[in-house]
Amino acid sequence: MTPLTTLFGVVMNLPERPMRWAQGRLREGRLGWVFVAPNLAVFALFSFLPVAIDIYYALTGGTALLPSERPYVGAENFSSLLVCDNYFDADSCRRDVFWHGIWNTLRFVVFQVGLMLSLSLVTALVLNRKIIGRGFFRAAFFYPVLLSPVVVALIWKWILQREGVLNAGFASVGAAPVNWLLDANWAFFWSVFVSIWAHMGFYTLILLAGLQAIPAEVHEAASMDATPPFRHFRKITLPLLMPNLLVVLVLGLIRAVQMFDEVYVLTGGGPGTATTFIVQYIYKTGFADQVRQYGLAAAASLLLAFVLLGLTLVQLKGMRRGA
Amino acid sequence: MFRSLIAATLALAAGLSAAQAADIRVACYSDGNECEATAELSARFMKENPDINVVIDKMAYTAILESLPVQLAGGNGPDVARVTLFGTVAKYFLDLTPYLKDPAYWETNFGGSLSWMRKDAADKGIYGLATQMTVTGPIVNKSLFDQASVAIPGPKATWDDWAAAAQKVAKATGTPYGMAWDRSGHRFAGPAISYGAKYFNADGSLAVVDDGFKAMATRLIGWANDGTFEKDVWASAGGGSYRDAFNEFANGKIAVYLSGSWQVTRLQKQIGDAFDWVVAGNPCGPAACSGMPGGAGFVAFKGTKHPKEVARWLEWLASAPVYAEWMSMTSNIPGHAGLQKGGVTYHLTPAGNAAIKAFSANAPAISPVAYKLVGSPLSGSIYTASAERISQAMSGQITTDQAFARVTQDLADAAAAARK
Repeated sequence: MTPLTTLFGVVMNLPERPMRWAQGRLREGRLGWVFVAPNLAVFALFSFLPVAIDIYYALTGGTALLPSERPYVGAENFSSLLVCDNYFDADSCRRDVFWHGIWNTLRFVVFQVGLMLSLSLVTALVLNRKIIGRGFFRAAFFYPVLLSPVVVALIWKWILQREGVLNAGFASVGAAPVNWLLDANWAFFWSVFVSIWAHMGFYTLILLAGLQAIPAEVHEAASMDATPPFRHFRKITLPLLMPNLLVVLVLGLIRAVQMFDEVYVLTGGGPGTATTFIVQYIYKTGFADQVRQYGLAAAASLLLAFVLLGLTLVQLKGMRRGA
Repeated sequence: MFRSLIAATLALAAGLSAAQAADIRVACYSDGNECEATAELSARFMKENPDINVVIDKMAYTAILESLPVQLAGGNGPDVARVTLFGTVAKYFLDLTPYLKDPAYWETNFGGSLSWMRKDAADKGIYGLATQMTVTGPIVNKSLFDQASVAIPGPKATWDDWAAAAQKVAKATGTPYGMAWDRSGHRFAGPAISYGAKYFNADGSLAVVDDGFKAMATRLIGWANDGTFEKDVWASAGGGSYRDAFNEFANGKIAVYLSGSWQVTRLQKQIGDAFDWVVAGNPCGPAACSGMPGGAGFVAFKGTKHPKEVARWLEWLASAPVYAEWMSMTSNIPGHAGLQKGGVTYHLTPAGNAAIKAFSANAPAISPVAYKLVGSPLSGSIYTASAERISQAMSGQITTDQAFARVTQDLADAAAAARK
């Protein structure tokens, strides 16, 4: 036995006595808490405490940053956000920009997640086949994921602005330029498009991993039975890919609800409020306006948190059902 | 032996501590080269004052707007910062009066800018040093006007006259738009005041949306819709975010650009010989021919551990010879009353020199309403609400009347939140 292994043995045996003592005193059931205590402390500090602070700010008013200087206002911030003559018409609401943010976010989630899921699935199916240059295409689809969201947005801004690359292309064939970011519908379309372009590679990768995890024998058996391709996809590939699809769906939903950086740089939330999403409203209210309404921003962020919590619960339920 | 060793160590430590320079951290943003010029001058100051170490932290303007208030509230702010919207951080200002050798010099020479940093008329504190005075005004692409054979409107011409002339130039020269303004409620306020906007009631309470404000906002939206005004700059952005139209002007895409004196260095640098440009007098309305005053200043904060040193540094920068050199280096209009009468020699091109002169000549026509607006603690909220809601109306999302109602509501909310 070398001195090093002896030393190692001594060090490894050091916790034995205190652990025996703790086991005796706390019994087995409670001992688990000792092991998770460090993690719980980290969670408490970096997750639970910020949530508690957020709740405190949502229940207080004024413009002071320090909690001790903020007056208690109860549910005033929530009620101010929720006052509306007609919830389907954001302009009838007292906080119209908040409601425009809500509706834009919902619209964005439906289009962006739906399209991204479909395109990622198609891309993964294609990239799973033995095609020429498969490695190149896999890298090419994944490449935008490596770019910073700000870089992505700036690249597309250069392409889409009035004097941008796209309009230069139009001009070269004699077509009239289009103000892509000045028209509300086009600005929204490009927000969805750019976001899909930037993130699709990541979700494609998850689905590709799922496709490759399906045992080859299953496909072989289907081929031997001469199963038509669409039936093969619907009855074999899709059910076996479902856990991955669920992960992609929930991750995509959460990311879409939280959308801010790319669209903020690309359109600034405009024209008007056509691409203002809920997170931009929170940022503007709490950090960009001259009179900072931290309480209002905190209340809006709590409402957003409830939505995200709901989505997470859906994911958990779906995963349990899948298991 | 041991005792004397301890004594020597303590003496050395005390000596080191005395010799250690006091760090003054300055949060600075540049319109042109303000931070670089300040750093260059401060290096000379530090040679003369080895007990003070001035550190200039250059940052983006948005960082000053958005992060500085949070840093100060959290007690982690810098000693000094270059600020434009003084009301945002006024509660953290340090009154330098007790630390200044000659407060009367400041009152005499910087009285105008000092009042913007003060909370109200009763406040007599000296909180900082103006790093520049700014005046807004129209910058004209003279080459395009010459090419179109359209005369640049004269001193009493109204905004309507200017819009018509700019549109004529655009049509004649195939330029995309006649006119563009920076996307800013501050820039909008000058023309609005000229058309009779008062912004405040006689008792000082807010009354932003009046006939004058409506008259100019309606005109602006109309110009954007008929193609006279470049809609992109205002309508394609969201919220109240600032966006300038500098590149559009520098690229020869517009004939008339409403901006301000802080652009002179950029204009002469980026346009060069590409075309001739001039600064004109502010267009008129029924009430005035007003632009907007403005300025930035280095303000000291209560959290500083070195108030005496901060005062010494600012006092040195404020001394007439240094201040004149500073203004010359940055090509800014001085905030120093004595130097405003011609005490600064600028190293600019003839166009740049003429522009500075023209902007300075616009200053006497500035309406008292404009000064009151700039000094209001809610000025930033007024600018934000104006830009945001007029942009929404411009993009057709809401009607002009809805925009007016929203400006009033936004400002009532901001004022209520600020009161709590």
